[in-house]
Amino acid sequence: MIRTPLRPLARIISARDKGENPKAIERENIRRRHKNMQDRARARAEGRLLVLGVFFFAAFVTVGARMGMLATSEPSEPAVSFVDTAIAMQRADIVDRQGRILATNFETHSLYAQPPQMIDPIAAAEGLVEIFPDLDKGRLIRDFTGKRKFLWIKRKISPEQKQAVHDLGDPGLLFGPREMRLYPNGSLAAHVLGGASFGKEGVSAAEVIGVAGVERQFDDYLRDPANGNKPLQLSLDLTVQAAAERVLYGGMKLMNAKGATSILMDVHTGEVISVVSLPDFDPNDRPRPPTSGFDPSVSPLFNRAVQGVYELGSTFKIFAIAQALDLGLITPHTVIDTRGPLRWGRFRITDYRNYGNEMTVTNVIVKSSNIGTARIAQQIGAEQQRAFLDSLGMLDATPFEIVEAQGGKPLLPANWSELSTMTISYGHGLSTSPMHLAAGYAAIANGGHYVSPTVLKRSGPQHGPRVLSAQAAAQARNMLRLVVSEGTASFGEVPGYAVGGKTGTADKPKPRGGYYDEKVIATFASIFPAHDPKYVLVVTLDEPSENTGDKPRRTAGWTAVPVAAEMIRRVAPLLGLRPSFEPAKGAAITLASQ
Amino acid sequence: MTEMVFGAVPERGGEPILPKWWRTVDKTSMSCVLLLFVIGLLLGLAASVPLAERNGFPPFHYVTRQVIFGSAALVAMLLTSMMSPTMVRRLAVLGFLVSFVALALLPFFGTDFGKGAMRWYSLGFASVQPSEFLKPGFVVAAAWMLAASQQINGPPGTIWSFALCVAIVLMLAVQPDFGQACLVLFGWGMMYFVAGAPMLLLMGMAGMAVLAGILAYSNSEHFARRIDGFLSPELDPTTQLGYATNAIREGGLFGVGVGEGQVKWSLPDAHTDFIVAVAAEEYGLVLVLILIALYTVVVVRSFLRLMRERDPFIRLAGTGLAAVFGVQAMINMAVAVRLVPAKGMTLPFVSYGGSSLIAGGIAVGMLLAFTRTRPQGEIADLLRGRGR
Repeated sequence: MIRTPLRPLARIISARDKGENPKAIERENIRRRHKNMQDRARARAEGRLLVLGVFFFAAFVTVGARMGMLATSEPSEPAVSFVDTAIAMQRADIVDRQGRILATNFETHSLYAQPPQMIDPIAAAEGLVEIFPDLDKGRLIRDFTGKRKFLWIKRKISPEQKQAVHDLGDPGLLFGPREMRLYPNGSLAAHVLGGASFGKEGVSAAEVIGVAGVERQFDDYLRDPANGNKPLQLSLDLTVQAAAERVLYGGMKLMNAKGATSILMDVHTGEVISVVSLPDFDPNDRPRPPTSGFDPSVSPLFNRAVQGVYELGSTFKIFAIAQALDLGLITPHTVIDTRGPLRWGRFRITDYRNYGNEMTVTNVIVKSSNIGTARIAQQIGAEQQRAFLDSLGMLDATPFEIVEAQGGKPLLPANWSELSTMTISYGHGLSTSPMHLAAGYAAIANGGHYVSPTVLKRSGPQHGPRVLSAQAAAQARNMLRLVVSEGTASFGEVPGYAVGGKTGTADKPKPRGGYYDEKVIATFASIFPAHDPKYVLVVTLDEPSENTGDKPRRTAGWTAVPVAAEMIRRVAPLLGLRPSFEPAKGAAITLASQ
Repeated sequence: MTEMVFGAVPERGGEPILPKWWRTVDKTSMSCVLLLFVIGLLLGLAASVPLAERNGFPPFHYVTRQVIFGSAALVAMLLTSMMSPTMVRRLAVLGFLVSFVALALLPFFGTDFGKGAMRWYSLGFASVQPSEFLKPGFVVAAAWMLAASQQINGPPGTIWSFALCVAIVLMLAVQPDFGQACLVLFGWGMMYFVAGAPMLLLMGMAGMAVLAGILAYSNSEHFARRIDGFLSPELDPTTQLGYATNAIREGGLFGVGVGEGQVKWSLPDAHTDFIVAVAAEEYGLVLVLILIALYTVVVVRSFLRLMRERDPFIRLAGTGLAAVFGVQAMINMAVAVRLVPAKGMTLPFVSYGGSSLIAGGIAVGMLLAFTRTRPQGEIADLLRGRGR
């Protein structure tokens, strides 16, 4: 071994003596070593490539063999193996705040077959298809005459269907008792209730499990036998919910919107009295969940009230104003410079109309001036704004107790810059669910306490930490009242109920950046009665367009506000609120003695 | 005299490109790939209809797109396979650099299409998944480095390529896309194995992997549950895997018939990750076995042809490409029969997907370019008397 390096050295020395160029010899030497090395590497690689080839071949054969084994085995019979295990029955009912049933259980039967016991499989299949037209005859005959020993035919059947199958008289067709979940009110409060389906199932019983909404959220509670079948009482009011759904559905159609949501919430307890999201569905026959490659927010299963996060536009202005009032930066009469457009870098903030060079703070809200609000937000600053919105719960998913609420996580700006502060103050750049907005308005309405929205019935006020001084909250409430009595929400006036509120019309963002010109989210967040608010009502319409005029009107004042007003007109009496009328000036009472 | 009258006879250097290509290219593998593509279209007719219906397109929308992307992929494959290995290397390394940068910038400019993983660039009419293009580029670049490290006084290519591999795996894991990360790691491992990884190191790594697996199994409840769920014979019939398994069973030997399958309506990924289940249900075991045979032929033939290759770079690059291609197909099919835990991976050339098709076409084109018959200096060996 030691000779190998020495030999070229010897050759180089001798070449040098002869006056030849030693570099050529060195190169030749390197070339030869290289060649040897490559030959060795190639021999090794040949072996290893063969190993790889055999490995891949074996692996593919394994996959193929496994495929063959699976394909020649019988389809599994999922139900039979569960028959022995005890299935906990008796799911607790769900009731509304007055104790009226929202979800209960119902005795029904499943239909299954044991083909070996059948007398005439063909006739049985034909008979079944006549009773259940959705069954496939060819498939049934194949199943009945094949090797299968057990198969489910229907998960739940009605008593009439059961009698009809019984009359077929085939001993191979059997019924299994089980309980099913029934929602007697149909699609009412569908998104809150969610729905249920069968979990483990056997021929003698089946387990009912919640798949969405409160059914899923409180699944453990509802199934727990230790609760002694005590019903779960929700904060919803069935009557109010029905009225709200009817009005909202009509409003959605009238305003040509593709979706709508409304939330009615008690401002002191945080109880949600009614929550509607349209389009909706029937939880008794819950549609399939949307699958990938599909925008989930157009599915009827999508809960716009808690899952949908939108830029809610000018409804956010009151938060900036209330905070500035609270911090003492402004009073309702402070004059704000509203010369437009307000330039910030490459960004321009404009108003819907030009409202003149300066306005009072009250007018900024009443006329809904973006520029004025942005100027006030600049005084507040990013840090304080963020902390305030956080204290209103705007930066996290709402604690609303249905599973979908966790999906409604607000979209925050990546970098909370001064520009973000300005745009967020008028509701752009921060996307929240309407439920967030309702909770925020509740804090203003109840005198400055945060309340967390809940679907469960509460007893008495549930005031959280104070987020605003009572005085700032009262001033903000007065402004909200003025928006209705003389501002952008004049259609919101409901005689006797002193509605206050703020409109918001936000351009919808395009999925790939930028905003649509002609698609808006119109929102009206209202409180009533404004002098001592009891309830907050948020109505949001998705892509409304009011077409009675020369050109389509899309602002919230023309779309969401009238719908909200009609809803208040309908539900306020149901909530036990008495209208209060101030005596008209001209019609003063004349004393009889005069 | 003739030349003076008629001018010199024009003479070309070397053989014309097309005849040379046809003479030297691996025609068997190429036919297999074409067959795979045809089968993919056939399955697309069945599997992508439910998706098109859900998304409100005409029923064969995705088949049309598949034909368009597939034609582009086949053209890319043919063009690539006509190039010389040097040319392939240059273009692939350039492509690698571009897609590496694209992958690195994904977190800033990518979209997730609401699926929770940042993997795509949206171009409006179509979307691009840079990691699909990165794979073949990385294989070629790493093979180049590994081959360079075998030169005397060569650069430390092994370390470089490993560092690159780790960087890519980390970037993919961040997306998260563990399937692609595994593929890249596996491709590099195969190349390193063929490049002459020390036996001791290989055994050590195998030991470490087993040890890590045991540790994870005994310490991490989540991991243990997944492995237990995978090992247990019972299967929840309402999961994707349950549907797929039942579909294979329903299909039996010859399938339930064209268009009669049910599984495609219940599986959201029927047109990509679980296309084998659709194939098994509608066309039966026969078509699945044909599919497996086609992949086996392409991969094993490529390895056998590469055994003769003397250029280390070509050998390594070919190994890596064939291994990645084969493993991707194998994992996809093995998931459907529950041989390996669930992992989102497309079936090359068969699954729907523009990026995956075109990148697959380029990768197979490179593989074909590398496995072309080339003079390997056998005659020189004979002349020197050291032929084998």
